[in-house]
Amino acid sequence: MTKTELNQPSSKKRQPTRRDFLLLTASAVGTLGVGYFAWPFIDSMNPAADILAQSTVDVDLSLIPAGQAITVIWRGKPIFVRHRTPKEIKAAEQVPLSELIDPETDQERVKKGHDEWLIVIGICTHLGCIPTGNKPTQDRGKYGGWACPCHGSLYDTSGRVRRGPAPANLGIPPYVFLNPTHIRLGVNEVSHG
Amino acid sequence: MDKLTRVVRWIDYRLPFFSFIDHELREYPTPKNLNYWWNFGSLAGITLVVMIVSGIFLAMHYEPNTKSAFDSVEYIMRNVNYGWLMRYLHANGATMFFIVVYIHMFRGLYYGSYKAPRELLWMLGVIILLLMMATAFMGYVLPWGQMSYWGATVITNLFSVFPFGESIVQWLWGGFSVDNPTLNRFFALHYLFPFLIVGVIVLHLVALHQHGSNNPLGIERKEPRDSIPFHPYYTVKDLFGLGIFGFVWAYFVFFNPNFFGEPDNYIPANPLVTPPHIVPEWYFLPFYAILRSIPNKLFGVIAMFGAVFILFFIPWLDTSKVRSATFRPIYKWVFWGFVVDCFILGCVGAHSPDYIYTNLGGLSNQTLGQLTTFLYFLFFLLVLPILGIYEKIKSLPKSLSEPVLQHKSHDKLKSLFILFFLGNVSPVYGTDSLPLPRESWSFQGPFGTYDRTALQHGFQIYQQVCAACHGLKHVRFRDLAALGYNAEEIKAIAAEYKVDVIDDEGQTVQKPALAIDVLSGPYKNEQAARAANNGALPPDLSLITKARVGGPDYIYALLTGYETTPPKEVQIAEGMHYNPYFPGGQIAMTPPLSEGIVTYGDGSQPSLNQMAKDVVTFLAWAAEPELEERKKVGYNVLIYFIVFTILLYFLMKKIWTKVK
Ligand code: FES
Repeated sequence: MTKTELNQPSSKKRQPTRRDFLLLTASAVGTLGVGYFAWPFIDSMNPAADILAQSTVDVDLSLIPAGQAITVIWRGKPIFVRHRTPKEIKAAEQVPLSELIDPETDQERVKKGHDEWLIVIGICTHLGCIPTGNKPTQDRGKYGGWACPCHGSLYDTSGRVRRGPAPANLGIPPYVFLNPTHIRLGVNEVSHG
Repeated sequence: MDKLTRVVRWIDYRLPFFSFIDHELREYPTPKNLNYWWNFGSLAGITLVVMIVSGIFLAMHYEPNTKSAFDSVEYIMRNVNYGWLMRYLHANGATMFFIVVYIHMFRGLYYGSYKAPRELLWMLGVIILLLMMATAFMGYVLPWGQMSYWGATVITNLFSVFPFGESIVQWLWGGFSVDNPTLNRFFALHYLFPFLIVGVIVLHLVALHQHGSNNPLGIERKEPRDSIPFHPYYTVKDLFGLGIFGFVWAYFVFFNPNFFGEPDNYIPANPLVTPPHIVPEWYFLPFYAILRSIPNKLFGVIAMFGAVFILFFIPWLDTSKVRSATFRPIYKWVFWGFVVDCFILGCVGAHSPDYIYTNLGGLSNQTLGQLTTFLYFLFFLLVLPILGIYEKIKSLPKSLSEPVLQHKSHDKLKSLFILFFLGNVSPVYGTDSLPLPRESWSFQGPFGTYDRTALQHGFQIYQQVCAACHGLKHVRFRDLAALGYNAEEIKAIAAEYKVDVIDDEGQTVQKPALAIDVLSGPYKNEQAARAANNGALPPDLSLITKARVGGPDYIYALLTGYETTPPKEVQIAEGMHYNPYFPGGQIAMTPPLSEGIVTYGDGSQPSLNQMAKDVVTFLAWAAEPELEERKKVGYNVLIYFIVFTILLYFLMKKIWTKVK
């Protein structure tokens, strides 16, 4: 059964009048108006111009010694910027993918040629707590990355989840290297303009 | 029976929602002879809805705190998407609401719509008016400008005349002056009251539907053919009216958004300085005039409240058995006289009490106010009761369907004449200061846009001259993109400024500003600014062209109007300068501009007038960065309403052809 069968024109056909035409046009114009009227209000709830403008943050990496990490705030979220030691990089690279809950190679999680810098969103993918381990004094869990205090998820030195309940690896924010010691969070490429 | 009908029936059997709508909005029998004055009820309803919607969205961004309220309003204007539209829609909406409601009430007064059995309908309407006044007053306080603050102070102090007045006023304030607690509660109540209005409107409509609308003839309907269903006849007519109303409202929102506002309200509230000329919003002016015209505080306040509360008693003050003024030859004129009286009261309220009308034979504003106040009460307390008894009325038609012979055109002419008269006496804010020379600006008029070269030159002057003392704290470097600078240039401009940043050791260090920083002034705080400027405070310039009467023309006149030798009768204090355009003639600012002080990029050295013009253009942009977008959107909206209105007009004509 097709749609056209259902919508057979009724037997008493009425000639469309000028009034019908006017009514139709007026309703269309009216609906359009209401739609356009609604848009500014809806749009007003989107991030305001200044908040959008603040959505890039530049980070100076030269101050972070190997083995340590800092937390920067980007769009109101903690971003973990970690200077990995060669040992940590190696550990991350050697894990077979089959052992991972959310399989991803270490190379996919860092920028080419900048292996020592791991930059992840510091929010547990389970229910949003902030994992510990960014400060040297904090527990990093048995995989040497981060440990979530809420329900015990553990992450490795690549920020990948190794023990649940978290289902996914720590997210990677968009960022670019402006030069070997500076990154800009919030953009995927630097615009030249 | 298709599925949808079955669902509707199922629901309706349990909750008669659909039959209610059908009964009250579709088939609801309405007199067939309602004229356009009957459009204003539905317009008021629609305005309220728009006010509530825009208000809720504004509340999502507004901050009810004395420290941030003013800035948060500017934040809405500059950063929130379409924030300027929502704010101007809301601010002008208050004006539109009162225009519509006042016309609605005058219509009731003319056609006797408050007479039995519609007394409660009228009284509920007066309650709505009272709630509207309270809501509008509290809403006006929220932007926390000078007028907000001093309006709040004056109005709340009215209550001090009552017994225990002192305690009442402190209770209203939540302190010993208008302050943060006051602002907070006003915000809460400003949010609440519109919903109370909705509640009273429901009652107003229930009372209306009990006996149906009054009509221009003021006689009850007798036969079925006197009535027509509300839909489609009055829905289409109301929508047609909405088209015209929307056009007018949109004109003000997009092309003249501050027409009804006061420049002083773009100056942040200052509890230590009262503006020289404080006036309430126009819709309170007649009542304000009544308050002032009585030289005794207690009786003035009583008269003002009385002027509103007397409206409750109109159904009993008017003794006439006939409703419509059409059949009351004397009342008709008295009514229009009363309308004119209200308008004159409005003008009286707009001028200072000492104002002298030279064109009215040296009549003082105070005398005029007393006369019109007297007439206002005379109308209610004497004319309405007595006229109803002694007036000879014309014979009434038998039914709505019996054509009435009347000279319509004559009536129209009369209203036109009165409107013309009102136009002439309408409030003109008289200032006693020097008339300003009128400059022509690139951004003025409905098509005006900012001249980019002037903006860049103006910004250069701002940087090299004004920025030594003034700031632009509502403008961010990134906003300079509107001047035609690209991201790299903006970064370079920002880097020349320093901002205080707290480093990891807790020390304040100076760092180059970023594009997201504001162009703050050179002084850390007000004390530092005053100390460096002979006690005077260089104002922030972000809103300067909006915050002064005369706007850009005034700033231009001020910059170019310095005179080295003051007239003999003027004594210039130490460290002051003579400038006839500055209120009082003495200004602390040294003449900022002089020839040769800047060299533009093309190597030219601008004249003094050219510099003033460029910098004022830049400051006008700083005050109204949304101006170009506003006008652009405005054109689309106006065209939309024209198309909508024309369509609805023809549809209405088509639908109404059947009504005889
Ligand atoms: S939120 Fe981290 S484990 Fe539940």
